[in-house]
Amino acid sequence: MYTIEAEHLTKFYGSARGVVDLSFTVERGEIVGFLGPNGSGKTTTMRMLTCFFPPTSGTARICGHDIVREPLAVRRAIGYLPESVPLYLDMPVRSYLHFFAEVKGVPSRQRRQRVEETMQRCGLEQYAHRLIRKLSKGYRQRVGIAQALLGDPEVLILDEPTIGLDPRQIIEIRNLIKELGSSRTVILSTHILPEVSMTCTRVMIIHEGRLIAIDTPDNLMRRIQQTPRILLRAHGPEHELIRTLAALPNVRSVQRTSTGAAALDYYQIDTEPDGQVMSEIARVVVEAGWQLQELRPLDITLEQIFIQLITDEQTGPRPC
Amino acid sequence: MLIHTIARRELKAYFTSLIAYTVIATFLAVSGYFFYTNMVMFVMFVGSDVRLGLWQQTFYDMRFVLVSLMPLLTMRLFAEEKKLGTIELLFTSPLQDVDIILGKYLASVLVLVLMLVLTVLYPILLAIVFSVDIGPVATGYLGLFLMGSACIACGLFLSSLTENQIVAAMATLGVLLLLWFIDWNEGIAGAATIRVLHQLSFSEHFLNFIRGVIELDDVVYYVSLTVLFLCCTAWSLESRKWRGRA
Ligand SMILES: Nc1ncnc2c1ncn2[C@@H]1O[C@H](COP(=O)(O)OP(=O)(O)OP(=O)(O)O)[C@@H](O)[C@H]1O
Ligand SMILES: [Mg+2]
Repeated sequence: MYTIEAEHLTKFYGSARGVVDLSFTVERGEIVGFLGPNGSGKTTTMRMLTCFFPPTSGTARICGHDIVREPLAVRRAIGYLPESVPLYLDMPVRSYLHFFAEVKGVPSRQRRQRVEETMQRCGLEQYAHRLIRKLSKGYRQRVGIAQALLGDPEVLILDEPTIGLDPRQIIEIRNLIKELGSSRTVILSTHILPEVSMTCTRVMIIHEGRLIAIDTPDNLMRRIQQTPRILLRAHGPEHELIRTLAALPNVRSVQRTSTGAAALDYYQIDTEPDGQVMSEIARVVVEAGWQLQELRPLDITLEQIFIQLITDEQTGPRPC
Repeated sequence: MLIHTIARRELKAYFTSLIAYTVIATFLAVSGYFFYTNMVMFVMFVGSDVRLGLWQQTFYDMRFVLVSLMPLLTMRLFAEEKKLGTIELLFTSPLQDVDIILGKYLASVLVLVLMLVLTVLYPILLAIVFSVDIGPVATGYLGLFLMGSACIACGLFLSSLTENQIVAAMATLGVLLLLWFIDWNEGIAGAATIRVLHQLSFSEHFLNFIRGVIELDDVVYYVSLTVLFLCCTAWSLESRKWRGRA
């Protein structure tokens, strides 16, 4: 049985699109990353899964409970960190967590222990008595995550959990998520690409309210990186340089990147997948005496992924 | 059980944010002032009839203070949660709307009770000097309690409609004043209309209580007004389901 099964989830805000026809399944132990640009519908999807509001049409089941018909059972099974990290600012950390432990039905005998454990896990012990108002953004985020973990939920839904954290905290939180993911199901949303490849076992890409791809990060990268790109900075006669490099095996095309005077010496080289051409390019450039200044693979950006996937979609559907 | 959890958090919030202290202190100060001036007046002009008249007059004055303070007590109940976004936490926790509504309502009612109980000091002080008839005092307090509870339910509902606390308070005060003055227009309304308006009037239904009489229809009036506003609150929270926001 799947932990999460979404069937044609659709949400319209009046006539404005939230998300359209989302269907997917998530198994226990998976960490699924929702990836998408601003306004693509990540938060909307999460709010439906957490029963904040029901879908306009379609439904989903979480741990076998229907989000429309059994919202209370669903809420018992989930821990949720909303995007804006809302907190009762006038409460100290410990009482805040005690309140939610009680709300989530942690039996009173275990409550104290559970709260202390969770605070420890999120690195909050030294701030137990501090008013949340007086915590920094990163620590507020931790309180939010602690709140989500409290009821020991089967499913964790985290909306942009690492936003606003410093690099060390980001790593800690990612490790925490990975650790949790081993025994539970985690859904997180992000627009940071490396985050997805580092923490998630599967990625769902949402664009303009539609699911355009769902796959493992590796597969997705492979699909997108069908033409790995290389950036070259060298100084030489333009036409000759382009002609020579384009003639190399495994090179598809060479283009001068024409953005302003500073970019004059930059070239963008599209290559065949798995073609090891870097050393060959370096050799040719050096031998010709074209003052090699920089040669590196271009990281794919989120934008490229979207452009790639969207054009894929337009040229013909791919199996997800 | 969960009602109790919510109510406790709300009470703590009332007292850490000083709202409760401020409202209670204002109520005690102003009603204390009324009590004192009324007493002086009765002692000077009426002489011995302090026993009933003084209480009538004081309860008349206290209900005004009550009506004008209750909106300040209730304005934050939902508006603040909406502003902070914490309503999203409540709505995605294993809580039912009714737990949230009754928890918040209960917390405010407890502040109201505390407020009223503290003023019992005045009749006790008076009882040391004059003999005090307990009956009309007790019914007067019952009236204040029922009326205050209805004000709270009204404030709770209007607070659930906005994320701006000032708007919630003003709207509540507006509704309460309208209910209060609804039958103060004998000049233009016909006798039949007035009779209906009397039935709807916040102030009219209070009169029997200060006369020391508990009429069933007065109690029913305040209780059903309370229930009506609580139901409106439930409806207002429910509306997020088709409007798609908190
Ligand atoms: N309460 C609302 N009323 C009307 N439209 C809304 C509401 N909330 C979201 N939307 C619209 O729904 C779409 C999806 O929004 P959503 O918040 O789900 O995006 P997101 O993927 O979470 O974006 P971000 O990365 O910025 O958080 C957007 O076009 C947004 O304008
Ligand atoms: Mg979002």
